[in-house]
Amino acid sequence: MSLAGATALLGACGSNTGRGGDGSALKQWYHAYGEPGVQQAVERYAQSYGKVPVDVQWNPGDYDSKLATSLLSDGGPDVFESTPQISSVRAGQLVPLDDVFGDAKDDFTASILAGHTVDGRTYGVPQAVDMQMLFYRKSLLAQAGVQPPSTVDELIDAARKLATGGVKGLFAGNDGGGAVLGGPALWSVGLDYVRDHQVGFDDPLAAQAIGKLRELYTSGSLLLGAVKDWAEPDAFTQGLVAMQWTGLWAVPAVQKALGDDFGVLPFPKLTGSGGPSVPVGAFGAMVNAKSKRVDEAKEFVRWLWVERTDYQEDFNLSYGFHIPPRDSIAAKAAKLSGGPAADAVKFVRDNAKASNPPDWTSLMRTAFNDAVSRVVRDGAPAEAEVRSAAVKVRDELKRLYG
Amino acid sequence: MKHGRAFWLFVGPFAVGLLVFVYVPIGWSLLLSLFEARNTVTPTEFVGLRNYADMLTDEPFLASLGTFSVFAAFIVPLTFVLALALALLVNQISFMKAFFRSVFFLPTACSYVVASLVWKLSIFNGVRFGLANTVLGWFGAEPVAWTVSTSPPWYWLVLVTLRLWLQLGFYMILFIAGLQRIPQHLYEAAWIDGASRGWQSLRYITMPQLRTTSVAVLLLLLVAAYQAFDEFYNVLGTDRGYPPFARPPLIYLYYTALGSGGQDFGHGSAGAVILTLLIAGVTLLQGRVFTR
Repeated sequence: MSLAGATALLGACGSNTGRGGDGSALKQWYHAYGEPGVQQAVERYAQSYGKVPVDVQWNPGDYDSKLATSLLSDGGPDVFESTPQISSVRAGQLVPLDDVFGDAKDDFTASILAGHTVDGRTYGVPQAVDMQMLFYRKSLLAQAGVQPPSTVDELIDAARKLATGGVKGLFAGNDGGGAVLGGPALWSVGLDYVRDHQVGFDDPLAAQAIGKLRELYTSGSLLLGAVKDWAEPDAFTQGLVAMQWTGLWAVPAVQKALGDDFGVLPFPKLTGSGGPSVPVGAFGAMVNAKSKRVDEAKEFVRWLWVERTDYQEDFNLSYGFHIPPRDSIAAKAAKLSGGPAADAVKFVRDNAKASNPPDWTSLMRTAFNDAVSRVVRDGAPAEAEVRSAAVKVRDELKRLYG
Repeated sequence: MKHGRAFWLFVGPFAVGLLVFVYVPIGWSLLLSLFEARNTVTPTEFVGLRNYADMLTDEPFLASLGTFSVFAAFIVPLTFVLALALALLVNQISFMKAFFRSVFFLPTACSYVVASLVWKLSIFNGVRFGLANTVLGWFGAEPVAWTVSTSPPWYWLVLVTLRLWLQLGFYMILFIAGLQRIPQHLYEAAWIDGASRGWQSLRYITMPQLRTTSVAVLLLLLVAAYQAFDEFYNVLGTDRGYPPFARPPLIYLYYTALGSGGQDFGHGSAGAVILTLLIAGVTLLQGRVFTR
């Protein structure tokens, strides 16, 4: 971990495409992807762009904060990856990219494109679709006589039965799942973060759903305080847990470690009004409105993420697994056509929920996650916490939409 | 003339640096605190003292101030007493004095980030092969989720030991410097008058003579406690943000103004001004009480 961090840090010091920082290069920013080879790949793409030199900057650490700060100044990137937020759009920081798609727009998955659209205009060209799901170890479940869970109660029961000896039942993050399972908990009872610019979870069912996360936390079956957090599959591949909440990107690493001895599931439903769900998000390529070379930047984005479909396929499938945002590429991807990866694609088709919709701002996310954390970790009353978070979210929505 | 040129040659760069990187940002922050400033540092909507009123009624911000007043109440005396004890021990030994001073001072040179990661990932991780859990395992105890558990709040043990390890050496050196300024003849006169070499010498000679050093150490410790950021951010923060507990004021303001796209500079700046005034007020009060 520390070696990877150090390597990433060193990588951040340099950024190159081999053309050097001669002042005429477009600046393109990425956050640091965990899978080996991605940085070299994106530098290779940039280097092969013929029209203008492109300098790639690889950013480990708190990328969102760094990016948000840079967008306030004239020193920010020309092109960068992110998910659009209504606050950035209202502040005029992003360039609308509707004209970049051309005829290819219909080929981009509609729900993913919607996540990059604010007030009817599209601000990002989706690069890769990421989804989260539950990984389980087939042999351990069979050994314990446990069936793959299809309801939240079955999940809690399974985690409890699977926690034996040195193995814990489930790993859903070092905070006990507070940060990543809040959304799935809402969806499990048919609620959501926001709906039509209104609070989507001001409902007693939300308290019930989050109360189930508390039940899971106090069951003694969760792994807590692992060296790497939920996004990395290490706890699962090292045999520390029988089940782990992580993402499609982890499939190659899990296959390498466990072969076929694993399966995947969406987060299960809790009540009849809810359903199974998988959080889905997509980073998109965006253009900085403060860039002095907006047209060149848009042209580069068009070339890289609309025209070069081979690069989109390579970016999504040659390192960790992600789903290409263009339906035509996703449909012919051999690596997504069988086994757990194919199940994941089916989950996205049937049960996808936006993990980070544009009108779910950081203030709202913090208010909601804090409430979930207090319920899950401290045992705070769920009804009061949900109500208090709903008030904050309502105030923010009122400020944004009137 | 020559002196004037030499003065500006040496002082000029630092004065410019201070102006550009300290006073201009402070002034700008004061300005921002009076404006509605979301996603911009050149705002246009003047709101007067509204941001201050918002922050003074903002529950998480007040909780962060409260939490860290409690933290300061523990970490300041604890560090003070241990640093003084260490200084007395190291100052008294007659062998390998330089070695022990260096050994205890070395952690001061360590990066807060690196130390935080060592504490979080190696010593106090929650799996069974973490160092602390391995030791517990020898006694048959179950692994403890040190940085996760809130009841009991084991994360305080991680944060306090980390800060002690990083800071003790520095304050020990300050105390050693103070101890070396105490004239030896004071002790000798006291011993002739029948004072014991232990407690009575410490109580009636060492401590009064260390008064100015002690006041300086207490002030530095207090300010450092309120400025806590690095170890909290690196031990408790995740890629999904920061938990609602053990949230120091600087962490809260960082997430308000900068973190993960928050970008509310008006409220962030107002909070920073309030925090600055609070630190200044408590420091002045403490200085006045201890220098009476």
